[in-house]
Amino acid sequence: MSENNHHLHHPQQNHFCPAETMSEDEEPSRPSPPPPEPGSKKTRNCAAVHPSPHSDRVLEIVLEHVLQFLTASRDRNAASLVSKSWYRTEALTRSDVFIGNCYSVSPARVTTRFPRVRSVVIKGRPRFADFNLMPQNWGGHFGPWVATMGKAYPLLERVYLKRMSLTDRDLCLLADSFTKFKELVLVCCEGFGTSGLTAVVSKCRQLRVLDLSDTEVSYDGVDWISYFPEGETCLESLIFDCVECPINFEALESLVARSPALKKLRLNREVSIGQLYRLMVSAPNLTHLGTGAFGHPEPQDPNNQEMDYAAAFSACKSLVCLSGFREVMPDYLPAIYSVCANLTSLNLSYANIDVEQFKSVICQCFKLQILWVLDSVYDEGLQAVAATCRDLRELRVFPLNAQEDVEGPVSEVGLQAISEGCPKLESILYFCQRMTNAAVIAMSNNCPDLVVFRLCIMGRHQPDHITGAPMDEGFGAIVMNCKKLTRLAISGLLTDRAFAYIGMYGKLVRTLSVAFAGDSDTGLKYVLEGCPKLQKLEIRDSPFGDAALVSGLHHYYNMRFLWMSTCQLSRQGCQEVAHALPRLSVELLSYEENEKMDDDTVDVLYMYRSLHGPRDDAPQFVTIL
Amino acid sequence: MAFHGDLNLEATELRLGLPGTGDHERRTPPVGVGVTKNNKRGLPELEDGHREESTRTTKTQVVGWPPVRSYRKNCLQPKKTESESGGGVYVKVSMDGVPYLRKIDLKLYKEYPQLLKDLEEMFKLKGGEYSEREGYSRSEFMPAYEDKDGDWMLVGDVPWNMFVTSCKRLRIMKGSEL
Repeated sequence: MSENNHHLHHPQQNHFCPAETMSEDEEPSRPSPPPPEPGSKKTRNCAAVHPSPHSDRVLEIVLEHVLQFLTASRDRNAASLVSKSWYRTEALTRSDVFIGNCYSVSPARVTTRFPRVRSVVIKGRPRFADFNLMPQNWGGHFGPWVATMGKAYPLLERVYLKRMSLTDRDLCLLADSFTKFKELVLVCCEGFGTSGLTAVVSKCRQLRVLDLSDTEVSYDGVDWISYFPEGETCLESLIFDCVECPINFEALESLVARSPALKKLRLNREVSIGQLYRLMVSAPNLTHLGTGAFGHPEPQDPNNQEMDYAAAFSACKSLVCLSGFREVMPDYLPAIYSVCANLTSLNLSYANIDVEQFKSVICQCFKLQILWVLDSVYDEGLQAVAATCRDLRELRVFPLNAQEDVEGPVSEVGLQAISEGCPKLESILYFCQRMTNAAVIAMSNNCPDLVVFRLCIMGRHQPDHITGAPMDEGFGAIVMNCKKLTRLAISGLLTDRAFAYIGMYGKLVRTLSVAFAGDSDTGLKYVLEGCPKLQKLEIRDSPFGDAALVSGLHHYYNMRFLWMSTCQLSRQGCQEVAHALPRLSVELLSYEENEKMDDDTVDVLYMYRSLHGPRDDAPQFVTIL
Repeated sequence: MAFHGDLNLEATELRLGLPGTGDHERRTPPVGVGVTKNNKRGLPELEDGHREESTRTTKTQVVGWPPVRSYRKNCLQPKKTESESGGGVYVKVSMDGVPYLRKIDLKLYKEYPQLLKDLEEMFKLKGGEYSEREGYSRSEFMPAYEDKDGDWMLVGDVPWNMFVTSCKRLRIMKGSEL
């Protein structure tokens, strides 16, 4: 199920938009404590007292070879703690570095410890920033990283950034510094324009992967597609489906034609269905296709009247992942029928099609494992999914109309149907206006493999719409019955009882998202005291205050971050935490820009462990305690 | 205190204040939750103090809720009508007893009589009369259309513009079914 040839990507990662699932099931990045002192009692080996250089060196060589097989950061972190020798050898052999929070450690420290890195993953802003809960220009700049790595890692091949800010200059520096650069993946990033892209595509001659999922690129007049070098390229993956820039189609067509290794192509909505046709004809080996607009055919013209879209799709025998349909004209949907039976992933979440149109497609997708749709398919559409897609692992149902207080087309009926038809379900994100505990409980029983359960009842504080009860029992059943659950997002009317359940049963939960929930401090206490694996906790608009905050002191060093916005924290409470935990960076953000916190209430608390100390690029509205 | 009938501009204003800021006469907090109340973070009032009516039925837009990324929201709303993209509003027209369908572009018409006249010509119908007051008068055939909710409606009841946006397909029914 991994997105592409990145062996680093955790298998759970989704196909279309790493943005929205990246957080589950990843290794935490723990800053490792320093290695034990050489003369300490921990070294029992008497050879350490009278070291024989030869045997030490042999040991290290053996260790190097063995450590090659350790790829997971978590395992490597553990190995590095064994002894000073292991620490050193592990550091020399680590080629992939994962930085879960760009402010947890300085670039210099990373490059000093790990001198031979080929691939970096760096993440910046917390997820709630996606929903305008974080003021602009908070940080997460790639600049310092590329400046340091440019000198330290001339052989760097891969950069993966999520929620970071980059400038054109950063991209130019990247292109200039890394002659063997192969893969650039930017998820939910922003700050640069087509000029920056141009530098990368023109200078990085070995570029295999350029993935701009959900990244904002400003159009500064340069057509970056035209700047790929002449001749055959190494391109395997070109993803720009959310880039809102016009492109030169002839340049794109030429690029695709001279990229024989291209397997993944996701087009933006500037590409019409007629243009798609031409591209497909020259790239029948695609495995992943984002169709662009899937509409706006050229006006009838004798030459292209006979575009046999169905044939173009039939010719793509390897197609397993289909997305796009950004401005779909439903009359053209039948063209994809011939590939439906092979699809393992289908993303229709930008396609406003009706129930019948959806059913005509989904009833043929019996191998489907990943499905993203809009709620415009109605409960009826979800019932069709349940009837056909027995192998479904991941489902996301997005709202066409993302508001409260509107009639919702999907409800507990759809959820129940899915739970009954798709017992292998591992991950679900479900937006709805109405829900019942019964349906959620049913899912907890029918889908024991659930790892990710995210239910968003869009009306705030909405109870079970049949019984009027809070949604405590439903979410309680999920944590109780889904023994593999690591990620949970809760919504609806929820009392402290729901949190008691989570604290009691959510022993593997690593990511928890809370909004408009709970009664008192007790709720948050349950979670902080009961969930030992908790890494990422994001809370908004809930009645948790200082007493709850300090109840987590024992745990904050083990977490990647805690976010609390519009809760009942006071500056004093946050100060207490900052004093107790010196290696924690406690940031207070103020919603009114250019005005530091001058009174006691806290708009946003964002805190994270850091070896670095307070960052020096914090804007005006951030106070670091 | 609510001002009925005001523009309620604040409800659609996207801003980073706490929910309920700018509204000094605090509404009842939602049931079961003590939401932080902070009058200091208020945003400037609109000139004559527009207030939001706040009952259970009308909730204000809260920043970042529901948690859907702006890019996605912007892509899906408003849905571009086909006329904006340069095309017409094409709907299929079927007639009982006729094996083939036709397609017409509703955008080419400005009113019902034009449409009905074209339909008569297209299918060689003996037409009825359309009058604004009484709608389409009975003849051997009656035009009906399927609306967005999937219901079959008689052509002519609703204002023209509403018809164009809600019509999904047309069907000319034989008199015997009426």
